[in-house]
Amino acid sequence: MSKGRYGIHGGQYIPESLMNEVNKLEKAYEHYKNDPDFIRELDQLSREYAGRPSLLYYAEKMTKDLGGAKIYFKREDLNHTGSHKINNVLGQALLAKKMGKTRIIAETGAGQHGVATATAAALLGLECEIYMGKEDTIRQALNVYRMELLGAKVHAVETGTMTLKDAVNECMGEWARRTEDTLYALGSVMGPHPFPMIVRDFQSVISREARAQILEKEGKLPDVVMACVGGGSNAMGMFYEFINDDGVKLIGCEAAGKGIDTNETAATVNTGSLGIFHGMKSYFCQDDYGQIAPVYSISAGLDYPGVGPEHANLHDSGRAEYVPVTDDEAVNAFEYIAKTEGIIAAIESSHAVAHLMKIAPTMSKDQIIICCLSGRGDKDVAAIARYRGVDLHE
Amino acid sequence: MSRVKEALIGKKSFIGFLTAGDPSIDKTEDFIVEIANAGAAIVEIGIPFSDPIAEGPVVQEANVRALSAPGGCTTDMVFDMVGRASKKVDVPLVLLTYLNPVYKYGYERFCAKCKETGVDGIIIPDLSYEEKGELLEEANKYGIDIISLISTNSGDRINMIAPEATGYIYILPSEDNVAEGELSGKLLETVGRIRKLTDTPVVIEFGANTPEQIARYSDIADGIIIETRIVKLIEKYGADAGKHIYDYVKKMVDSI
Repeated sequence: MSKGRYGIHGGQYIPESLMNEVNKLEKAYEHYKNDPDFIRELDQLSREYAGRPSLLYYAEKMTKDLGGAKIYFKREDLNHTGSHKINNVLGQALLAKKMGKTRIIAETGAGQHGVATATAAALLGLECEIYMGKEDTIRQALNVYRMELLGAKVHAVETGTMTLKDAVNECMGEWARRTEDTLYALGSVMGPHPFPMIVRDFQSVISREARAQILEKEGKLPDVVMACVGGGSNAMGMFYEFINDDGVKLIGCEAAGKGIDTNETAATVNTGSLGIFHGMKSYFCQDDYGQIAPVYSISAGLDYPGVGPEHANLHDSGRAEYVPVTDDEAVNAFEYIAKTEGIIAAIESSHAVAHLMKIAPTMSKDQIIICCLSGRGDKDVAAIARYRGVDLHE
Repeated sequence: MSRVKEALIGKKSFIGFLTAGDPSIDKTEDFIVEIANAGAAIVEIGIPFSDPIAEGPVVQEANVRALSAPGGCTTDMVFDMVGRASKKVDVPLVLLTYLNPVYKYGYERFCAKCKETGVDGIIIPDLSYEEKGELLEEANKYGIDIISLISTNSGDRINMIAPEATGYIYILPSEDNVAEGELSGKLLETVGRIRKLTDTPVVIEFGANTPEQIARYSDIADGIIIETRIVKLIEKYGADAGKHIYDYVKKMVDSI
């Protein structure tokens, strides 16, 4: 079996025209991840540009209101560009520069990874092109303009379901066509090896910080660590340093859309089956003949028919639990955390908050939950208003 | 020697490609017969996939048409049709599909079905050399060639891919061979390297469309394939494309 395996998952199932590039990327990454200059530069960018470390915030009001476990939020929403995506993108953009590339391309769903990529490209002087499903360019029109402001060119992808998976298809195709000067900065812990590993490593700063912060604040490890899961990058970052802490329960919250018993869902682990797609073996929403299903979620960032291979393996081994959260539950949580804590969280992150609202009351007061707030929700306000029947457009 | 290799070795050939189920599975059967009768050495048949990441827009749209046609187009429908078509033509038939439909169908079941219906080879664009082990054993068991893919940017990877290649080697289109149908140095170098390592026939896919361009490519390759042309004729003429396909393939075969 090939490289980059997580149990039976992962691998490198990609066209021959990309193989040399992923091998070059792996080699470069293996070198630079131990290079003192690279480490120093990335650390400096993370601190002085992105605003790390992010806060570990004690949500006292929610803790009291829900009446159970002590609730902490890891505030990735406070990072520059408003989500955890910047952690990975600064790493990949810096890597691109070190590799002598002058151009980066990326897919985006909600636009958060696209905005982060465009931002890093502007800062580091790289040419940048973003592929975004046409459907998503409509749902997240502000983010399109934001990326253009940052100097990126945005391609509206009109193939297939015109969402995130189609943007990934186009981006892979574009990379295969033009490898010489271009690096594909994949936004999640998915795709062919080495991407799941690289993105996880760059995102693991989330749990590295959170683990130290909670030990300092509480003098003990949390009982539950949780995050939303689309492809799974913020969750992998949030889980990683806790995987070997046996007492810490890991929970990934998937987008169930209108429910896992409907066709309008994106809950891959809960409704999907084993497959091989986008370069990896993992779980996918698909039909009996292996056609990838048109998934649905109110959240453009979780609207993806697959899940990263390391998550698939954490599911297989039982180390992490993956639970479905519906649109309705997520929107309720979006409103609840806004009113209770004064935090407008991304609709993606609100999926994790929704599940937290279910489990916190069932836990005792000396137990601790850390939930990752992967992004801020300004981008979602208009869509939530429309969901509630308010005719509001950006 | 496999039927696929035998069909190509020692001559210059044209290979036809079409997407199954566009505009209907019955028409695909007729079109395969037209392509074979017009003199193509092999017919490649695409099993439509929801996300054909390695295809350009023309074939992508054919996939969408096939999957959204009344009744759709499933792997079983393609096998049933190929089973009928293979009895009407003498040339080898090769299926082009992505790995997920094969994985989901079951590697053993898929390869057994290939043998049963008269399929001689399979091309899987997202099955890298590194992952070939996925279904090599099953393919060998049923005598199905897994066609190896090489790109003009494969470089030293040719040294490991070419010696193990069976059936034929498929050179993928890239900037070096899609644009104007001119032979690039990189393409010549790639073919040259392959020739030193194996006698497995070399088939080049490219975007040229004039007889003069065809002749230039067929000078260096054993076979040529223009993936989009027949698909475009089907897009334009639908169920009535048969005659047009025959004329086109005949013209190409004659100019090689």
